[in-house]
Amino acid sequence: MKQLTGILEGIGSTVLLLLRSASYIGTLPRQRARFIEQCFMIGYTTLPIVAILSFFIGSVLALQAGYAMQNFGAKQLIGSLVGLSMARELGPVMVAILLAGRVGSAIAAELASMKVYQEIDALVTMNIPPARMLVLPRLAAAVVMVPVLAIIANLVGWFGGAIVAKYTSFIAIDPPAYFAALRRYMEFEDVMNGLIKAEVFGFVVVLVCCNIGLNTRGGPREIGAAVTRAVVTSLIMILVLDYFVTKALM
Amino acid sequence: MPDRSSSATRNPFTEQETPAVGVTVEDLSKNFGRMQVLKNISFSVEPGEIFVLMGPSGSGKSVLLKHIVGLEAPTSGRVLVDGHDATSEHTREQIRMALVFQAGALFNSLSVYDNLALYPREHRITDERGIREKVMRALQILSLETAAQKFPSELSGGMKKRVAIARALVMEPQLMLYDEPTSELDPVMSATISEIIATLKDEYHVTSIVVSHDRDLALNIADRVGILMGGELIHLGPPAELRQPTNARIADFLNPKIDIQNPRFKKLET
Repeated sequence: MKQLTGILEGIGSTVLLLLRSASYIGTLPRQRARFIEQCFMIGYTTLPIVAILSFFIGSVLALQAGYAMQNFGAKQLIGSLVGLSMARELGPVMVAILLAGRVGSAIAAELASMKVYQEIDALVTMNIPPARMLVLPRLAAAVVMVPVLAIIANLVGWFGGAIVAKYTSFIAIDPPAYFAALRRYMEFEDVMNGLIKAEVFGFVVVLVCCNIGLNTRGGPREIGAAVTRAVVTSLIMILVLDYFVTKALM
Repeated sequence: MPDRSSSATRNPFTEQETPAVGVTVEDLSKNFGRMQVLKNISFSVEPGEIFVLMGPSGSGKSVLLKHIVGLEAPTSGRVLVDGHDATSEHTREQIRMALVFQAGALFNSLSVYDNLALYPREHRITDERGIREKVMRALQILSLETAAQKFPSELSGGMKKRVAIARALVMEPQLMLYDEPTSELDPVMSATISEIIATLKDEYHVTSIVVSHDRDLALNIADRVGILMGGELIHLGPPAELRQPTNARIADFLNPKIDIQNPRFKKLET
């Protein structure tokens, strides 16, 4: 019962935080510096790990597909399999998971320590709403940067698949043939569906991590607990939402 | 010399005068779970007064201060600031209240200058040049000019307290609240902070509520002193009454005798 109450309180406070942040949307133009700083944090600093992981996920996907398909003579379809898998599922989910681990944990730690060391209380007494100054720029940056990360993840993943397809002896498909198969069976809608999913996941991850950070009480131990809770909750939300958003977009 | 009979705050940064505000606490009680931290507290603070709230650690002083500034909501009773409910966001928009936190609560990612400039920037009070003037004036009042570009982690405890006061001063507050402003400081620095609080009151007629267990601060700068013990306000009056207290608990709190033959902790054990 206590756990259920906690979950409902968490959902309620997250929705309230979203509404509060949305009510300050008009202040975003004069928070340019914070918005750009958050774009840098969410986009630029996450880019290397997104690129590395996407490359190897695309590569492994091509390798596994080649291994499985060689017996059916369907190797020519590897490009479409890697393309669709990255665009519709792996790209957005992987970006969201990396975002939760790298950016979400940092957001939760920063806001939780600000709460524990009374910096949030200081903002409130100064009549500076934390939702305006700390949450809105992060949400806006996530809205802008997460689809960009997802596009880069797709491109790098496709490229990784193409390299493996060419240089693996039992596959040996040239890049033109690989990309021709990718284009033949993939539509613009597939890419857009993936980007919508990435947008939803990224937004939810940042919102959940902000809310957990701002509701931290206690001392240093609770800061660590808040970070763990933020990442675990984000991962659960990504996988649960993945099913429902995928179904809604079909 | 300042006109202490005036009921207006002379702004330290402009020639404007803004009305000083009073605080009324009515039958305030606060429970955390089953524990009652504040028990039917009632008192009022007049505009322009220095009111010092004393009491041993854990007596509920800081919780009471958080109610006045609207960071905590009462379980029962109410707190009015200039007649407005302290928990209302509208009150924070109407009345400029500044709280000097015990640990300073400075923004660690910002320099001292940016800590002070945050309020006027966020509220778009003036342009960057005007903000610079306000910030440097506040730093000058508290002898912190050389610390402007430092970060909070580079400051000593006393400097952090002074920066926190300077940050509050930039807000041009009508009501200043201090949470243990002299704790963890050496005696000279404690005296300096007490002098700063009294000077701000004398020169700018700000209403000040100081939570402290510093006897010297209370006896030297307060207009009135309240003593909170076990969540109850057991004394309220001018500091002169505390020089020779008649109440045994207050006398023991203000003038504790160190008796190594019969220590307090052993009395508690029995």
